Amino acid sequence: MWKWIQTFASPKNFYQISQKMIFWLLIPFIVLILVGLYWGLIVAPIDYQQGESYRIMFIHVPAAWMSMFVYLVLAISGGIGLIWKIKLAYVIAKVSAPIGAAFTFLALTTGAVWGKPMWGTWWVWDARLTSELILLFLYLAYMSLNNAFNNPKTASRASSVLAIMGLVNLPIIHYSVKWWNTLHQSASVSVNKVAIQDVDMLIALLLMGMAFKFLYGALMLMRARDEVLVIEQNSSWVKKVIMEHR
Amino acid sequence: MTKRQNRMVLVALLVIGVSLAGYLGLKAFNKNLLYFLSPTDITKGRAPKDKDFRLGGMIVKDSVKHDGIKVVFYVTDYANTFRVNYSGILPDLFKEGQGVITTGSLVDGVFMATEVLAKHDENYMPPEVADALEKAKNKQ
Repeated sequence: MWKWIQTFASPKNFYQISQKMIFWLLIPFIVLILVGLYWGLIVAPIDYQQGESYRIMFIHVPAAWMSMFVYLVLAISGGIGLIWKIKLAYVIAKVSAPIGAAFTFLALTTGAVWGKPMWGTWWVWDARLTSELILLFLYLAYMSLNNAFNNPKTASRASSVLAIMGLVNLPIIHYSVKWWNTLHQSASVSVNKVAIQDVDMLIALLLMGMAFKFLYGALMLMRARDEVLVIEQNSSWVKKVIMEHR
Repeated sequence: MTKRQNRMVLVALLVIGVSLAGYLGLKAFNKNLLYFLSPTDITKGRAPKDKDFRLGGMIVKDSVKHDGIKVVFYVTDYANTFRVNYSGILPDLFKEGQGVITTGSLVDGVFMATEVLAKHDENYMPPEVADALEKAKNKQ
């Protein structure tokens, strides 16, 4: 296992293997997003309280899930980079940040356009909304710090420490609706409870959730391949790749 | 210890330190993180006297009375209940038996609201299922 990881984590092998992996992540993404949207917008019934408006959930909830999942990947990759000094881990962290920030932004904006008709407001400073906004700022801070150093090694190390420090925000986001009174309702889908009383609604949500996971995987690998070429630009294998594509 | 183990300990200490700091910080600000107070909180004297605060709870059934743009309703947490006066536009989800969060201040035991927001719960279901549940509830 360890040997396999080391082989895979060498930039050259990663570059070769990831090409095929991207294809096998994009295909399920396209299938899942098409079926998921059909299920969510056409098959699933309306909600007894919110009518048609609740359907924004099929984007909002997976985006919010991913905003936290990608941050976890960011922090863990940063930690692996710090401890084992694996270049590829730093690359994964670096290229994941803008994707995670985009998911967070999507969760916040879809939440706002959902909140206006349902709650009566675009935004409130309750614990859930505020902690999710802090998550967006954490992504932005990570990206800024990563670009603030001339030395890429210092940049990777400093930003990874920041990423690990920001990890404390994840349980706060998750439990905010339990620990404090919030305008935001509690989780509809969690490990021990599913409060979505309709199978089609639930299927649509899970399909969209899986689609977003595959999308992240594909986008992350695409960006990581480019980044690997940049950091390894002086090595012979990259020169060979460039020659082949001339 | 090897250098790698050394770094592992440093990362672990970082995680533990930040978690501890986060825990203590949240403990210190716990009260300020509550977005609204329940009727029981207010009867226990937890509401600020000299500034606006938020009251949240369920709208009591058959308690909503409209008079033009003015509306009166009762908010409860099933232990204590407060009368709320408000004049303005209500959100779509403002319904009897549903959650509500109002901003305002307490004047002679009546909550004078300047803003009313609807709070919905985490349950999603088609109308037919909701009807069936309601019927089953009434039969009991």
